[in-house]
Amino acid sequence: MNKNKEQLLNKRYKAEQRFRLYGLSAIFMALLFLTIFIFKIFSTGYSAFQKTWLIVPVTFDAELMMLDQNPSKEDLQDADYYDIALKSMADLDPNANEDQENELKRMVSYFFEKEIKNELLNDPNLIGKTKEVYLTASDDLDQVFKGNYPRDLPEDQRRVSDYQLKIFDQLVANGKVESKFNISFFTNADSREAELAGIASSFMDSIFSILVCLMIAFPVAVLAAIYLEEFAPKNRFTDFIEVNINNLAAVPSIVFGLLGLGVLLAIFQLPRSTPLVGGITLSLMTLPTIIIAARASLKAVPPSIREAALAMGASRMQTTMHHTVPLSMPGTLSGTIIGLAQALGETAPLILIGMVAFVNTIPGSPMDPAASLPVQIYIWAESAERGFVEKVSACIMVLLGFLIIMNLFAQIIRHKFEKKWS
Amino acid sequence: MNLILFTFIVLLGFTSYYFGRKKAYTIQSTKKRLTALPQFYGYYLAIWCAIPAFIIFSLWAIFEPTIVKLLILSDYSNQGYLDDELNLLYEKSKALSRGQFTGEITPFIEASAEKYLSLRSIAQSSKVVIVLSAIIASVAYAYKRISSNSRTREPVEKFLNAVLFTASLAAILTTVGIVFSLIFQTIDFFKVIPLFDFVFGTHWYPAKAFVRDSSEALDPTMYSDTFGAVPIFAGTFFIAFIAMCVAIPIGLMSGIYLAEYASTKVRQYAKPLIEILAGIPTVVYGFFAALTVGPFLKELGTSMGLEVSAESALAAGGVMGIMIIPFISSLSDDVITSVPQSLRDGSYAMGATKSETIKRVIFPAALPGIVGSILLGVSRAIGETMIVVMASGLAANLTLNPLESTSTITAQIVVILIGDQAFGDPKTQAAFALGMSLFLVTLCLNIVALRVVKKYREKYE
Repeated sequence: MNKNKEQLLNKRYKAEQRFRLYGLSAIFMALLFLTIFIFKIFSTGYSAFQKTWLIVPVTFDAELMMLDQNPSKEDLQDADYYDIALKSMADLDPNANEDQENELKRMVSYFFEKEIKNELLNDPNLIGKTKEVYLTASDDLDQVFKGNYPRDLPEDQRRVSDYQLKIFDQLVANGKVESKFNISFFTNADSREAELAGIASSFMDSIFSILVCLMIAFPVAVLAAIYLEEFAPKNRFTDFIEVNINNLAAVPSIVFGLLGLGVLLAIFQLPRSTPLVGGITLSLMTLPTIIIAARASLKAVPPSIREAALAMGASRMQTTMHHTVPLSMPGTLSGTIIGLAQALGETAPLILIGMVAFVNTIPGSPMDPAASLPVQIYIWAESAERGFVEKVSACIMVLLGFLIIMNLFAQIIRHKFEKKWS
Repeated sequence: MNLILFTFIVLLGFTSYYFGRKKAYTIQSTKKRLTALPQFYGYYLAIWCAIPAFIIFSLWAIFEPTIVKLLILSDYSNQGYLDDELNLLYEKSKALSRGQFTGEITPFIEASAEKYLSLRSIAQSSKVVIVLSAIIASVAYAYKRISSNSRTREPVEKFLNAVLFTASLAAILTTVGIVFSLIFQTIDFFKVIPLFDFVFGTHWYPAKAFVRDSSEALDPTMYSDTFGAVPIFAGTFFIAFIAMCVAIPIGLMSGIYLAEYASTKVRQYAKPLIEILAGIPTVVYGFFAALTVGPFLKELGTSMGLEVSAESALAAGGVMGIMIIPFISSLSDDVITSVPQSLRDGSYAMGATKSETIKRVIFPAALPGIVGSILLGVSRAIGETMIVVMASGLAANLTLNPLESTSTITAQIVVILIGDQAFGDPKTQAAFALGMSLFLVTLCLNIVALRVVKKYREKYE
């Protein structure tokens, strides 16, 4: 009998331990996913911050460039650089036949002509001389140099030919290949060529969208929260507004995209693909988030503050505007920043309103067509070229970095400026 | 032009504020008692400046285009054009006047483009004149009205109250906007495709409904067996089900552990770390699912002799489940912590172990809240877009095999609407009909879930 009891107790204790273990392993799993996730993004993305350059001797032959003696600045602008660019690549292998010369040309980006031109514009004395110029390597060779390229595949399944690899290896052996920090990733707009594609255009576009979103959502949401929390009579109508806000906060984001498409574009005829429309759509989405945060922080202001102000003869409006609202601002602001961070990462509604435009210029105003950072991630992830994989990861790192900064900022505002009422 | 006018009006507003206050000070200096603080006299005037400007601006925005259009089209009114042709003419001349016209320029269009430009400039200048004179008149009127015993605080506060109330209508307006944008397209869609075919049809192939010219659009035989949404609905719920299979056990168990077992220190770090998962943008999850999880599952399946699609429902659903973990864990953590301590104490006093208390006392007590959090998670899973667009298939298969690819409502909406859309095409309308069903399903889930959670909160507060 006693033994039975002990057995039962042991069993119960074991069950207890098992249960605890389940809980612990659930948390462990969740954190493991997070770690794998971040590790994967970083390990594929960090190499995008480096860019491979080929160092190629270029002879600035005045005759080939169609230049006269003592050319002016304009002459240099208009000169023909294609032939010397082609020649300097062909010179890498003196025995190359015509096909191989073509392949040599494709070892660098199509931008190489411009790079050579810039070199000369920086130093016009180079005419007639030979100088080693840094040329952007093609995205495939960039991947080869970073060790991400499956070199052992059969030749017909690769975009890089054996011949190109041979020349490239020679260059590497001679120290003519260099890897430097990839500034163009941050200063270039999107491009069809992975080695030239950058995030400047999508970055600016995200900034514009977020600004539009902030300018619309913040005032409306704060005013609405003030009304609902401080002035609204308790009746059916205000209940209805409240239910509405809570529901809107849980409506799938893509539905807001349909709203933007059906109302903003089709009825109000706003310009498609622009940060303006994107920002308005996002602002409708963040509105409930900010209202809820602002209401919560208004509610947290103790009634004694209001009573004191009212007792001094302030009207209700004065009490609210001079005392309650300023005291609630830290909470409201941090809620706003968190809402904006959500909006910054949103993709689906922007795709529907056409913000998937291919943009190779940096937008200068909210009325220029563009694609925001998350949409840029989507566009690059959908393209087949190998060089874009690391770009996507790098773009994700930039986006995540931004989100982390915004969230930290929200935390700091909350902890530094919020009054603790005890 | 509008911007300059706007800045000017804002400046006028500040000036009238200044004059209003100044007048109040003058009244004060004559030893008369004011009925409100001097600022209110300023606000009062500024409001009298803002209201007429706002009214005229909005009236102008509404009526100017229609009136200009009427005036231009009156030239063509007796030449026997159809309405559509007239609209086209108008759009052409508008585009020409902006220098964006690329088609053939006829003298007609050129003439109306010039007329358009002149009308616009007349409208602009008359707007400026009318706005400015209205402002000056109303401010002058209000300035004369204010005296020592005139009420200024009450009207100002009433005005502010009205502004606050209008702002609070934004939420309702958004909901109305959503319903409005969905419903007309949906109705048009069901005029062509019978509701029955949409809800019970099993073939979804919208690419077939490619309309070459508008006369074809109304031919219903063309669309039979094209817009049957069953595979889409099934795929949506299937992927959501896979996601919940991942999210519920992990989320719920970590919620329970955080609420009942974890020391404050573990809680302090583990909770925000798990919540990071909720803050990662979904496009990032999509990329992760498509690049890492999909190929990994495919390789794993091949090594076990199974045929796994690279865009399997399992990959999309699994990653979606990871995304939903924090929603369930945080909400159930909150719910469990708000179960009163007395229930636990009673159970411990009867000799129950901690896990027995959780399973037999706390869990049943917290069940409504937990169900609510799970429903919210399901609603998220159904509405999630980017993960399925990037990691799951785009062709609608009716399948229950998690290793094959399926498609969802959200993915289909994106597929249909990405790129250029033609309104009035059943394919585009189908996307809105799908959006409508998505909105209704998530709305029901949200209302039920929010109500359950609210009821539960009230029970223990």
